[in-house]
Amino acid sequence: MTKKMKPSSLYSKVPSYLLWLLPAAFLGMFFFFPLTRISQLSFARIEGKALTGLWEVFKSPTISRVVGFTFKQAFLSTILTLAVGLPGAYLFGKFQFKGKRLLRALTGVPFVMPTLVVAAGFYAFLGPNGWVNEVLMQILKLETPPIQFVNSFAAILTAHVFYNTTIVLRIVGDYWSRLDPQLEQAARVLGANRWKTLWEITLPLLLPAIAASSLLVFIFDFTSFGVVLVLGGPLFATLEVEIYYQTISLFNLPLAATLSLLQIVFTLILTILYTRLTRRINQPVELSSREKSQRPLTSPRSRILAGIMIVFLLVFLISPLASLGLKSFSGSDPGSPPTLSFYRALGENPRESLFYVPPTTALGVSLGYGLITVILALGLGLPAAWALAKKNLTLLDKILDPVLMLPLGTSAVTLGLGFLVALDTPPLNLRTSPLLVPIAHTLVAFPFVVRSLTPALASIQPKLRQAAAVLGASPRRITREIDLPLIGRALLVAATFAFTISIGEFGASSLITRPEYPTVPVVIYRLLSRPGALNYGQAMALSTILMVTTLGGMLLMEYFRVGDVGEF
Amino acid sequence: MKRTGILLAGLVFLMAACKATPEEPRILTVMTHDSFAVSESVVAFFETQNNVDVQFLEVGDTGTAVNKAALSKENPLADVFYGVDNTFLSRALNEDIFEVYQSPLLKEIDPVFVLDKSYRALPVDFGDVCLNYQKSYFIENNLAAPDSLEDLIDPDYQGLLTVQNPATSSPGLAFLMTTIGYYGEDGYLEYWDELVANGVNIVNDWETAYYSAFSQAGGTDPIVVSYGSSPPFEVLFAEEPLDDAPTAAVTSPGTCFRQIEFVGILNGTPNRELAEKWIDYMLSPEFQEDIPLNMYVFPVNDNAVLEETFRKYLEVPEVTADISPDMIAANREKWINDWTEAVLR
Repeated sequence: MTKKMKPSSLYSKVPSYLLWLLPAAFLGMFFFFPLTRISQLSFARIEGKALTGLWEVFKSPTISRVVGFTFKQAFLSTILTLAVGLPGAYLFGKFQFKGKRLLRALTGVPFVMPTLVVAAGFYAFLGPNGWVNEVLMQILKLETPPIQFVNSFAAILTAHVFYNTTIVLRIVGDYWSRLDPQLEQAARVLGANRWKTLWEITLPLLLPAIAASSLLVFIFDFTSFGVVLVLGGPLFATLEVEIYYQTISLFNLPLAATLSLLQIVFTLILTILYTRLTRRINQPVELSSREKSQRPLTSPRSRILAGIMIVFLLVFLISPLASLGLKSFSGSDPGSPPTLSFYRALGENPRESLFYVPPTTALGVSLGYGLITVILALGLGLPAAWALAKKNLTLLDKILDPVLMLPLGTSAVTLGLGFLVALDTPPLNLRTSPLLVPIAHTLVAFPFVVRSLTPALASIQPKLRQAAAVLGASPRRITREIDLPLIGRALLVAATFAFTISIGEFGASSLITRPEYPTVPVVIYRLLSRPGALNYGQAMALSTILMVTTLGGMLLMEYFRVGDVGEF
Repeated sequence: MKRTGILLAGLVFLMAACKATPEEPRILTVMTHDSFAVSESVVAFFETQNNVDVQFLEVGDTGTAVNKAALSKENPLADVFYGVDNTFLSRALNEDIFEVYQSPLLKEIDPVFVLDKSYRALPVDFGDVCLNYQKSYFIENNLAAPDSLEDLIDPDYQGLLTVQNPATSSPGLAFLMTTIGYYGEDGYLEYWDELVANGVNIVNDWETAYYSAFSQAGGTDPIVVSYGSSPPFEVLFAEEPLDDAPTAAVTSPGTCFRQIEFVGILNGTPNRELAEKWIDYMLSPEFQEDIPLNMYVFPVNDNAVLEETFRKYLEVPEVTADISPDMIAANREKWINDWTEAVLR
């Protein structure tokens, strides 16, 4: 190799600090600054001997029980999510079949649904009066419902798998679809059986993607709030729930801040472990085009397996959502014919309420925030992922890598109060600015973008780019014709995550909002907080509209191709 | 250079022109919780009367809103804060977020609502947290509708009740305080033991209790902790017009807890005189009569007239649990902890 070729490796050409400039500034301004201010303020409220009191509470059995439970449920939820997600990723990664895009889009819908609505779906499906129990009671001639789902540990795990399977499906599925099948084929030719090939060849190659998605799923479950509260019931509390209780109900800010910092430290440790692990396994692999790696479902065996997987995904992920859709069309009396009255009511404002908004306005607000979040998260995430994808990381890269995950592991209540006390003076007087909503969404979406882009960027063979450079391609041309096609799909995955995170996020309780411009989840919660069948029906109708819009958005993204490059 | 000069002159002129218009409305900002709602015409009336633009900020549920007002008191977000209730009143007063204002409208309000005798927080509305039951269930099952807290521990009513966790839900806390008011601090935990033995179902939030567990909405339990106002709202927001409420509230003496909501002028506002006007307006019959249909709570002003549906279906308890804001502030944590130990462990 001559010296001349080296600069063509684009990663090493741009210095790290330049790539980190914007992401680090953003994190500093909208994460560390607010967090520091609220922590200072919280600890300043400790008076005299209260510090020992704080320590007493902190080492109380309640807190250690909460910490233990938080870890336990996150660990089990992640394992279960992988158990469902990996076979699904195999299906999506390795096979071409009819309706694949629709199915993949459908599996992403749970991610945006408000917890209270999903809980209602699970109640209708698995609750004491739910379909499953009714059917079982009829068949088995039972007096009481056989399945105790609601307010159980199983409900928390199930809901977490329901929400987060899409993370594994997308990140691992995308990566899998790009693995060169020649390696596996070689192993098979050399006499390894199916399982041995999977265990010794495929899984090790997939590790970067599996690790990245597991980390994201784990942190999501680790900071779970709504699912634990609504479906787990009063017997279970995570750190996030305890922080909310200490902050809002008891106004014990010092303890709440301590717990928030504890949560952040746990996240940091996890992420450091993760980065160490992936550093070792993130080797460039030979990626290939989809046409080569994906095959149609031809053998009977693959058809049956795929069939089982598809039916399972449909039943598990779609039926609770479908039951909501059904509710939005059914009248209060069990026997009454389907009705559109709830949808009609959404468009009316009989009390002339000042804060009434038509569903189209709320959708517009939600989509607008979603779009800004995608732009911000990709704009910040791409340079960061770029910096992290190179082979030899600088010290700066190594420090910032785990740090950028911290917003995911931070209590929304604490951060919301942080915004309130930190961003209160010009030029950063953003406390009441609508821009704070997509900024908060970006803090959550940004780590997702980085995590889903880095494995793809890291897997680009320097050989390819070098060859192109030797053949006289300009750096820009290399980017356009080598990098973009290779990471195009990963970019799309990242954009989809940013978009769905924004659409589904219910940040109203931690932020300050102008009631004239609510997002769809905010309107759904408003409706659900009021008695009356019409209010409930409208909440179901608006949830259905949210589902359908999200599905439409994801289908659009499925068919969208990056620039004019397409997939090669 | 020349062009810049002209531009600058134009800009100065424009700014002067802006300043000169006397019609520019002033801005009054009202900070409130996320259940706040009001009719457009009611706000518009005040705005034209006073040449003011009233802006509302929603800052989360009641507890969150009070915390945010307290944390931003050095640099307030608004001129007026509405929505602190009697369970959080002590926190607001201790944090000293309000200025004193003795509105002349107070004389139209029953003094029992005026819990803050220093006139920093003025009462606006009240709502009662009461047991609700589905009427048809008790008719079909030939069972007398519940009428007292004792009924709930009667074996005939086994497994019929859903309540909310007082740590996470405000009606849940209200019901806990109802039992403390009724059985006293020495007896309430014993009562809860019996409730547990009788199969009480506990969930974390009102939405799950009312829309998933309560039999009126397709759940299994015909008794639920909700609001005294819920039955008339089942009529007002029925899918098809109803001529009778499908649910009813238990309003026997001591079985309900009264939540009163207050408004106050935030410390250090530059718009004191406008803020006073807004508070007077909120306490006047024009605004007060608009409250029930928007916020599901009821006016404290004696001169406000209720709509017919409420006169027909609303039952207001004569005697509610008697627990002062100071007692709540002093004991909230202890009560919730003791309850958690006794009921959930």
